[in-house]
Amino acid sequence: MKGLILLVVTLASAQDSYLVRNATIHPVTGPEILNGSLLIENGKITGIGTKLAAPKGMKVVDAKGLHAWPGMINCATQIGLSEVSSVRETNDTNEIGEFIPQVRAIVAVNPETEHILVARANGLTAVLTLPAAIAVGGGPGAPAAGQSIVRGQAAMLRLDGWTWEDLAMSQSAGMLVRFPAIQTVTFGFPGGRTEVPYAEAKRRYDAEMRKIDEFFEKARRYLQAKAAGTANFLPDMQLEAMLPVLAGKTPLLIPAQRERGVREAIDFAEKHKVKLVLMDVRKPGAQLARIAEKKIPVIVGQPTDLPMDDDDAYDAAYSLPGELYKAGVKFAFATYDNQFARNLPFEAGFAVAYGLPMEAAWKALTINAAEIFGLGASTGSLEVGKSADLFLSDGDPLEVKSQVKMVFIQGRNVSLENRQTRLYQKYMGRP
Amino acid sequence: MKRCSLLFISSVLAAQEATVIQNAMVYTATKPAFVGSVAFTGGKITAVGEKVVVPPGARVIDGTGLHVSPGIIDSHSHIAVAGFGVNEGSVSVSSMVQIRDVLDAEDVAIYRALAGGVTTANILHGSANAIGGNNQLIKMRWGQTAAGLLMEGGTNSIKFALGENPKRQGNVTPQQGGGVARYPATRMGVEDIYRQAFTEARAYQRAIADFKAGKTMMAPRRDLKLEPLVEVLEGKRLVHCHAYRSDEMLMMMRVAEEFGFRLATFQHVQEGYKIAKEMVQHGVAGAGFSDWWSYKMEVVDGIPYNMTIMTKKGVLTGVNSDDAGLMRRLNTEAAKSIRYGGLTEEQALALVTINPAKQMKVDNLIGSIEPGKSADLVIWNKPPLSSYAVAQKVFIDGTLYFDRDKDMSDRGRRAAAKKAIEDQLKLEAPPEQKKGGPPGRQPGSRGPATEEIAQ
Repeated sequence: MKGLILLVVTLASAQDSYLVRNATIHPVTGPEILNGSLLIENGKITGIGTKLAAPKGMKVVDAKGLHAWPGMINCATQIGLSEVSSVRETNDTNEIGEFIPQVRAIVAVNPETEHILVARANGLTAVLTLPAAIAVGGGPGAPAAGQSIVRGQAAMLRLDGWTWEDLAMSQSAGMLVRFPAIQTVTFGFPGGRTEVPYAEAKRRYDAEMRKIDEFFEKARRYLQAKAAGTANFLPDMQLEAMLPVLAGKTPLLIPAQRERGVREAIDFAEKHKVKLVLMDVRKPGAQLARIAEKKIPVIVGQPTDLPMDDDDAYDAAYSLPGELYKAGVKFAFATYDNQFARNLPFEAGFAVAYGLPMEAAWKALTINAAEIFGLGASTGSLEVGKSADLFLSDGDPLEVKSQVKMVFIQGRNVSLENRQTRLYQKYMGRP
Repeated sequence: MKRCSLLFISSVLAAQEATVIQNAMVYTATKPAFVGSVAFTGGKITAVGEKVVVPPGARVIDGTGLHVSPGIIDSHSHIAVAGFGVNEGSVSVSSMVQIRDVLDAEDVAIYRALAGGVTTANILHGSANAIGGNNQLIKMRWGQTAAGLLMEGGTNSIKFALGENPKRQGNVTPQQGGGVARYPATRMGVEDIYRQAFTEARAYQRAIADFKAGKTMMAPRRDLKLEPLVEVLEGKRLVHCHAYRSDEMLMMMRVAEEFGFRLATFQHVQEGYKIAKEMVQHGVAGAGFSDWWSYKMEVVDGIPYNMTIMTKKGVLTGVNSDDAGLMRRLNTEAAKSIRYGGLTEEQALALVTINPAKQMKVDNLIGSIEPGKSADLVIWNKPPLSSYAVAQKVFIDGTLYFDRDKDMSDRGRRAAAKKAIEDQLKLEAPPEQKKGGPPGRQPGSRGPATEEIAQ
């Protein structure tokens, strides 16, 4: 048995060893290296420098004119859980039940999904996949009142693997929670606009907030009962799933677009002494300083989304990442969907156009995302000892017109082909 | 000759005044970029070239280090439409309705699009019906009335729609909020709608002709539904047809050919790349998304190489938005066709300027920087196809409608004005809201609390 395992490793090693040379290397955590070389062995980066020689038999990639970057990480998608967003049978997001922390995205990830292939062709090497949609504006997929509150566990996926176990960088990267909003007007499709009086909206809001509080209290009592070894203690899968949250191991992922939402999410996390990652932050207002002071990580709302309110500055969403940076907040980017997951680098590009320094953009796309989800020691930058999750481009990847030439995931030179490239070849060749 | 730097231009340059943008990188959309000047007077471009004579008294804008492109044209938008007015979805043939009647000049999307370099958009009826309503070309003249938005000399057009959307009304269940199912429920029924409608339109056309020729005594009763379809038959109204799959587009071309008219564009045109040959033969253009896919079944074969393949195979191709958010970045949407399949920069810029102008038959007026055309111009800080390009100034018919410096410098004033309104609302709030806690947070308050508005 031991021999068999060794044999497999040896084969993998022979296949997955590369010397990438003559590249401009952008480690993100260190200065740029011109005419640099990268040594990739056994799935890891084993050398970075200017004078690396290829050990015998190693594949050499001449990257003259190319740039090497750590793979980009999209911090909110439903990749693997949703194939065609409007075809219900192809969707495994949004499970039923108000409090379903035991529900795990990872077990429903389809490793054959086209979205993995399309996203990685643009230089993404990992995505956070959420058990439920975060969508705004009351559009399709938006969490409506009555939908789940504690919505299940998100998973961090690497974009190459045979099974969901292979894909999992973190099977439980965060617990998605929906906080209610005081919502007087909702838009549905079909159904159009519906309106409730403010008092009714507020009453619903208070009731839901109370329920969330009570659920966390219940989980805490469960923990105490379990720890005390109570004689007639009965295991409960729902509450059991909350233990890593209460232990501060798994962060709560709370979408909080506006100042009020941010304030309540932080208040809540402090009250229950749990870790917090704020998602889809768009108008943090006066809470921005508090986010920075408490060092709460943020997955920023999409820079390319419209500003939230009519009287916002026209470039409010484009400028927010730059403002987060200036305030000293650690943040990362996300597209919150699958369709445009591949456009992650352009989201960062627009943020740079409106004030975010380039270096900060790259940190947000890579190492920040890794660190926020507890993977900073193993991925997110080009450093010796880290997983070889990286890509080569022919120019600045934040520029739309640049091209991604090669992608490595755990040192494997993964295919950039997908259904779209195959259709392209097929129909370019149509007589 | 008055000289003024970018910072000190008055907020709105008079359209009549002669203006010259000097020493900028100029992208005309019809030839390669060069460093030179663009001059305009009375709303029209008067000269463009490496050296342009500055007319006496002209305003000069120093464009050093800046980039000038034609105004971006969005051939598919639904902004500036009041309420839920975009779809008259009750009937399968709604050719009697006009988008012109529901224009909302106060939609902030107009200003946001303008700030993204868009100067002209075709505001289309929705896609709920096989034959939708009549569309309206507008210019992004923020601050004008609805009448002021209408593009002078613009062509008339009507919206058609194929596939999932027009047949959705045939498939709704009461559980989905639908009432009685409406014909058609399949792509087969969609074809039938067209053949029925154009058979009626032909008969109406003949009845009018017969009356005019004195063959009949009574003028036919005026039919507002069939009138636009007769205009289609006579080539006086363009057809912009929402379509995704190649089969349905092929069907539409054959129906049009049967009735003797030519389609102007397929909109979305996700599978245009599969039938580029047939599209060229029919003479229909392709106007669609750069990289949309996977949001519904009929876009599963949507590929970002679509624009490239269609362009290389001779289809008149354009990129559009169908989205108020994306509309603000059509310049980089066009650049995606460089990334996917390798169009040149000139070809890419044409996708959102001269090509949509040609598709809508208004290329004699807009779409490129050429003498005689409207002075619809964008000054960018970076090359227009760059992710980092931010529009600095946007002119429509020679009038400065967007100025980033002014927008930025006005922000303090606007914030103060907003705060004054909020303070006033707080003063006017009922007394029970004022005591204890922030205003409006008590149950029973009547409107959204000011705090909600403020956040």
